[in-house]
Amino acid sequence: MAITLTEVAAERVSSFLDNRGKGIGLRLGVKTHGCSGMAYVMEFVDEMEEHDEIFESHGVKIIIDPKSLVYLDGTEMDFQKEGLSEGFKFSNPNESGSCGCGESFTV
Amino acid sequence: MALLQISEPGMSTAPHQHRLAAGIDLGTTNSLVASVRSGDATTLADDKGEHLLPSVVRYFDNGAILVGQQAQAALTDDLQNTIASAKRLLGRGVADVKTFNGVLPYEFVKSDSNVPLIRTVAGDKSPIEVSSEILKTLKARAENTLGGDLKGVVITVPAYFDDAQRQATKDAARLADLTVYRLLNEPTAAAVAYGLDQEEALDEKIIAVYDLGGGTFDISILRLNRGVFEVLATGGDSALGGDDFDHAIAEWILQQLGETSADQQTLRKIMVEARRVKEVLSDKEEVNVSVKGFEVSFSRDQFCQLVEPLVKKTLFACRRALRDAALEKEDVMDVVMVGGSTRMPIIRERVEAFFEQPPHVDIDPDKVVAVGAAIQADLLAGNKPDSEMLLLDVIPLSLGLETYGGLVEKIIARNTTIPIAKAQEFTTFKDNQNAMTIHVLQGERETVEENRSLAKFTLRGIPTMVAGAARIKVTFQVDADGLLNVSAEEQLTGVKSAIEVKPSYGLSDNQIETMITDSMTNAKVDMEARKLREQQVEADRTLEALDSAMANDGDDLLSEDEKKTLSEARANLVAIKASGTTEAIETAIKAMETAAAFYVARRMDGNIRTAMAGKDINKFKD
Repeated sequence: MAITLTEVAAERVSSFLDNRGKGIGLRLGVKTHGCSGMAYVMEFVDEMEEHDEIFESHGVKIIIDPKSLVYLDGTEMDFQKEGLSEGFKFSNPNESGSCGCGESFTV
Repeated sequence: MALLQISEPGMSTAPHQHRLAAGIDLGTTNSLVASVRSGDATTLADDKGEHLLPSVVRYFDNGAILVGQQAQAALTDDLQNTIASAKRLLGRGVADVKTFNGVLPYEFVKSDSNVPLIRTVAGDKSPIEVSSEILKTLKARAENTLGGDLKGVVITVPAYFDDAQRQATKDAARLADLTVYRLLNEPTAAAVAYGLDQEEALDEKIIAVYDLGGGTFDISILRLNRGVFEVLATGGDSALGGDDFDHAIAEWILQQLGETSADQQTLRKIMVEARRVKEVLSDKEEVNVSVKGFEVSFSRDQFCQLVEPLVKKTLFACRRALRDAALEKEDVMDVVMVGGSTRMPIIRERVEAFFEQPPHVDIDPDKVVAVGAAIQADLLAGNKPDSEMLLLDVIPLSLGLETYGGLVEKIIARNTTIPIAKAQEFTTFKDNQNAMTIHVLQGERETVEENRSLAKFTLRGIPTMVAGAARIKVTFQVDADGLLNVSAEEQLTGVKSAIEVKPSYGLSDNQIETMITDSMTNAKVDMEARKLREQQVEADRTLEALDSAMANDGDDLLSEDEKKTLSEARANLVAIKASGTTEAIETAIKAMETAAAFYVARRMDGNIRTAMAGKDINKFKD
């Protein structure tokens, strides 16, 4: 399995990275927090950690620590607009429930 | 379901804990809100895709309020209840507003607090309330877009805004239920948008910000020194903007039509055409002018000739601002363009030629100020790692208080970076003094008369003590927006009193400059004056001590002759204090102290005797 970005999401990530002027890719991860168990983490990456794994999707490097990978394997990330708001959305096959806010989930 | 944004490394927050922040450009004509999402600062659009919100508010008799485009559409129909350009009235007193009579179509009413109110069908509205409606609209837009409550905002204000105008802006934000991280000068925000504060190459750099909007022109000269922005000079013309360029074309069209005047409808058509022509010429060399079946071609060269006097006016203001800042063109290292009118190629070319370098034009000049404010707001919200430097401002003039004898004790020195808090302890001058007046002053000179008085308040309830025993801690606190709070606290009892300083009017840069240079040219005179005053105070203190002692036990301890000697010495000191030089007073004080030495000694003995009276001598052995 792997972690992938939709084409739209990849485009946005690379433009954000260009804009920022530095950074090697996008870190995805999970934290044990939030109203429904786990929370997604999305950060720019300036430095890799020792055990990080790298996936590449539409030319964008996705960096993920092995612990998070267990919860995220098979995830596809998309960029969407909803009304005035716009941002990233995870579709994670490991997810068995979410709190409705989209930021936290259970496996 | 909320959509997610990318955070800086290590800065992800727990769900629902996002520190949402926005930057707001509260403009005279248009306002904008911007925010940083996934590291990218952009302005936010409304549901119709419009970024600019016209700064116009319309009131209805049923209490309804319209803000923006729809309110602007009613400007001609419902003039009295549709408020535009409220920013020009923010923080102004009734007297200031009188100068707008005839210029602004509103009916002004006086209020108790000297704030002018605008009479509308929905009641009397202050400029602060009007501005808060604009802020509320932008707040709602930001919260809908970002998907949560705003934690705080940065609002931009013109560099020349005085304390009263800045306070009024903050009050408007409070009314809109916004937390203001800080106010930021508009030119500084523009420089931040271009990241000029993040370049580390030099210790110090000079930046010129050329801001040509629809109706106003501002030039600001900034100095950036290790992350601290200082406004060196501002200039411009509050009645020169893109509209004047439209007028110039409209007049030319009228001439071509062979008419000197026209009816309202034709004039409006000509104005609309003039504006279109101006905008087309920003991209093309030539354009066809067409009004009422009349067609003629108009070239960019013709346009340039037409508006030459206007362009020259702005460059003249640039030259003067540089002179005010005591700088040469060569000192300017970056030029930033702000305002929609800087899209005109002629403006860019002439500004480039004037400063001998290409100006920064990459960011939309309508949005650049809001973008800078958003970057600053993101930083203040704590979404960036600490390593990124925070913008700082400095106070332009020293702040202090009046001490005995009309002298000024400076508490916070000029050019101190804000926010800052400083405390100093003071004491009472007289026995049993139970109140102390704190007179807050601004300026560089040594005496009260030469400085500007900001506020006065009295600390009461100081416990009864001998002179010099009370300890009163006076704290001066200047927040990030330059607003001063002074508090005084008696340390033993904790009695407290405080004042927030909101001067009714501010100082122009020129006045500040004059106050600073005065303090330099008069440094020596001031020094002498200070020494003299200090010696006079010392004399007063000595006299006060003698009088208090004499009243206490003079009759018991002194013979009539001795009393006479002392009162002669006293009279001598009083006379010399009034007219003598610093040195003469010093000598007279010494003379009196010598004359009174025997009395002091006798009093000491007396005190010891009183203390030991009736006690067993053995108890003093240890």
